[in-house]
Amino acid sequence: MQTFDLTLIWAVIIGFGVIMYVLMDGFDLGVGILFPFAPNEEARDVMMNSVAPVWDGNETWLVLGGAGLLAAFPLVYSIFLPAMYIGVFLLLAGLIFRGVAFEFRFKARTSRYLWNWAFAGGSMVAAFAQGAVVGAYVQGFETENMRYVGGALDWLTPFTVLTGLGLMAGYALLGSTWLILKTEGYIQEWAYKITRPLLLAVLVVFALVSFWTPFIDELVRDRWFSTIQVIWVFPALALFCAWQILKSVGKRQEGVPFVATMGLFIFSYLGLLASRWPYVVPPNYTLYDAASAYESQLFLLLGLLFVIPIVLAYTAWTYWVFRGKVKAGVGYH
Amino acid sequence: MDLDPVLLSRIQFAFVVSFHAIFPVFTIGLASYIAVLEGLAFRTDNPAWVKLSAFWTKVFAIVFGMGVVSGIVMSFQFGTNWSNFSQASANFLGPMLSYEVVTAFFLEAAFLGVLLFGRDKVPKGVHLMSAIMVATGTFISAFWILSANSWMQTPAGVELREGMFHVTSWSEAIFNPSFPYRFAHMIVASFLTGSFVVAGVSAWYLLLGREVEANRKALSMCLWLILVLAPAQAVIGDFHGLNTLEHQPEKVAAMEANWETQSNVPLLLFAIPDQENQTNHFEIGIPSLASLILTHEWDGVVPGLNEVAPENQPPVWIVFWSFRIMVAMGVLMVLAALTGLFLRKGGRVYQTKWYLQFLRVMSIAPFLAVLTGWFVTETGRAPWLVYGIMNQADAVTPSLSGWMALFTLIGYIIVYALVFTAGVYYLFRVLQVGLEGDDSIDEEHDRPMRPFSAAHVSFEYEPYPGVEKDMNLSPAGVPPTGSSSSSSSKNGGQ
Repeated sequence: MQTFDLTLIWAVIIGFGVIMYVLMDGFDLGVGILFPFAPNEEARDVMMNSVAPVWDGNETWLVLGGAGLLAAFPLVYSIFLPAMYIGVFLLLAGLIFRGVAFEFRFKARTSRYLWNWAFAGGSMVAAFAQGAVVGAYVQGFETENMRYVGGALDWLTPFTVLTGLGLMAGYALLGSTWLILKTEGYIQEWAYKITRPLLLAVLVVFALVSFWTPFIDELVRDRWFSTIQVIWVFPALALFCAWQILKSVGKRQEGVPFVATMGLFIFSYLGLLASRWPYVVPPNYTLYDAASAYESQLFLLLGLLFVIPIVLAYTAWTYWVFRGKVKAGVGYH
Repeated sequence: MDLDPVLLSRIQFAFVVSFHAIFPVFTIGLASYIAVLEGLAFRTDNPAWVKLSAFWTKVFAIVFGMGVVSGIVMSFQFGTNWSNFSQASANFLGPMLSYEVVTAFFLEAAFLGVLLFGRDKVPKGVHLMSAIMVATGTFISAFWILSANSWMQTPAGVELREGMFHVTSWSEAIFNPSFPYRFAHMIVASFLTGSFVVAGVSAWYLLLGREVEANRKALSMCLWLILVLAPAQAVIGDFHGLNTLEHQPEKVAAMEANWETQSNVPLLLFAIPDQENQTNHFEIGIPSLASLILTHEWDGVVPGLNEVAPENQPPVWIVFWSFRIMVAMGVLMVLAALTGLFLRKGGRVYQTKWYLQFLRVMSIAPFLAVLTGWFVTETGRAPWLVYGIMNQADAVTPSLSGWMALFTLIGYIIVYALVFTAGVYYLFRVLQVGLEGDDSIDEEHDRPMRPFSAAHVSFEYEPYPGVEKDMNLSPAGVPPTGSSSSSSSKNGGQ
């Protein structure tokens, strides 16, 4: 009966969902992180407007990711969330403040500065928490009998602080290259100016994590330095993307920096997955250990096969409708 | 002091769910009302319908926005605080929650934009369809989430293997024994909530003499609907109660504070349940009535709490009193509807001041009824999480310590208090501006896809032409919003 390796299909779906979320919510979180450093209030208006039509849809991928993870890989869900308990709370609180700020900032006059802080602070906290999750995943979890048994703050180590800050820098880079694409005039000029230092920050973290990880984990060390050398193709491609960002910013190109930044994310992500495969709850459980029942995976997959294409089409259409530059003081028409 | 992670997680979940639930319960009803208004506007061209629909769509947008924001927490709460439960029930609950996201959330998101911002941009028929699709989305959402909840109350279609539930029949699991009753009860409750809020706000506007024609229409529609639904809800509730008696007898015993299995059980109007001594103090009741309601015979035997060990009994005090508040609200709703019918003759219903005031206050009744109803059904299940199979202590996250649960509990309370205050404050600003609000005021800030953009109302107090004189009369319980002097002094700093 089990003709298809459903678990593998689900791993691809969840993996795809995660990178979709990271890329899409990444740039709008990045815009929030850059918010306090914007040249003036008008620039902040434009920045927020550049993401206002799409951020909500972007975040729905996170909810889908949570529910999909529960459905397909309950073990990951029921170990990651308890292990990251405090981090999850910070993430959710950050997203709530951010979401509310989107709604209220344009309604407020005298209290606008409060919503600016809610937006920026919420974005920063959420980005840091997500980066810490990545770090914690590399670090591994203390488990017994398929349950998390570690402490509340085990995830908080120098390494996860580094990955947290690293993802903040990465999202900020996505945000600045997004703004290059979506704005013009002095705001775009400002985005160009901050892109290089942000890229430098990302590369520094990239290097530190790359040197650090093999010392944390034996599996990664073996894989990097003995078994499969092909794995080096991912960091090489990521570095190529970084070089493209640098070059295109110098040439004042508008689209390439954003696309290259997405490439940088995708290849780093693939490199991370390849180093860990097939472990989804390191160091003990593989994706097959973590999978839900075959009939559950099948039941949901049949529905998703119909719905996901529609969702993707709708998402693409939204971006198409709101294409083009965001101008100061002018709304969408 | 020893902090109990199970108790704190229960409080936390109760808090988050209760806070979240008041938004969808309102938007489910309101979405259908807006669809009806849009249908009427489509067919008759009476501008009153468009005016009403445009106004209530603004209110819908704000409440929907708050519901979405508070709802994000829910999908992660299972994993953070109840990881053993998530792990065990994932084979069923995972697909349910995922289907809710993909079938309902994306549908709502897709058509909400058109409903909010498309009135002048898409053909009328498409706008009407968007309203219907948004309403449909709210139903679909309710369907999946109530199926999941009902399954936890009356699990079916699954078998337990190696600590995990495995689905043996999807149809039996989804349409589990209590699902039809719970779904009907909840949908009617949502319609009642929408009706009473619209009726209450319309009554308030009529008291102020604002937009009389449109608000009379709105009030009249709601009162007809309530006249049908309030008694219907009592009947559905009765069926739901009989279903609960069949599947969860100790929940009904707690609702009636009935300690002994016996015949001729009285219907208690007042009592102080004493769980420690397994008895009641100061009982006032109507002899044999509970037996009649539950068994349809005067001397019917009703199971008591003595059927289960004291440690497996739900907290009787909460269940007993929550149930009474819910029923009292239901009785008040029926009275409101009948009084309205009586006053219709000669149009007195639109002019009788005390009745309009009464309706204004009644707009909180359905919220109270829904919350207490949830308390009854959820605490009445204690100590079970999956009824009869998994209790709360086994379901909680093993690594969760009391202080962690307390930290996040306080955190969520602070976050929600801030969000809620801002949201409700803004909602009342929109209600103050009312149907007369000029949509062009904030045109420069019009940005599609953000729900609140549908309302062109400033967060701070700003006088609107023709509305200012009414500012001393604010909706029930809420003081008039900030005087212009305080906001202008803050303006000086900018």
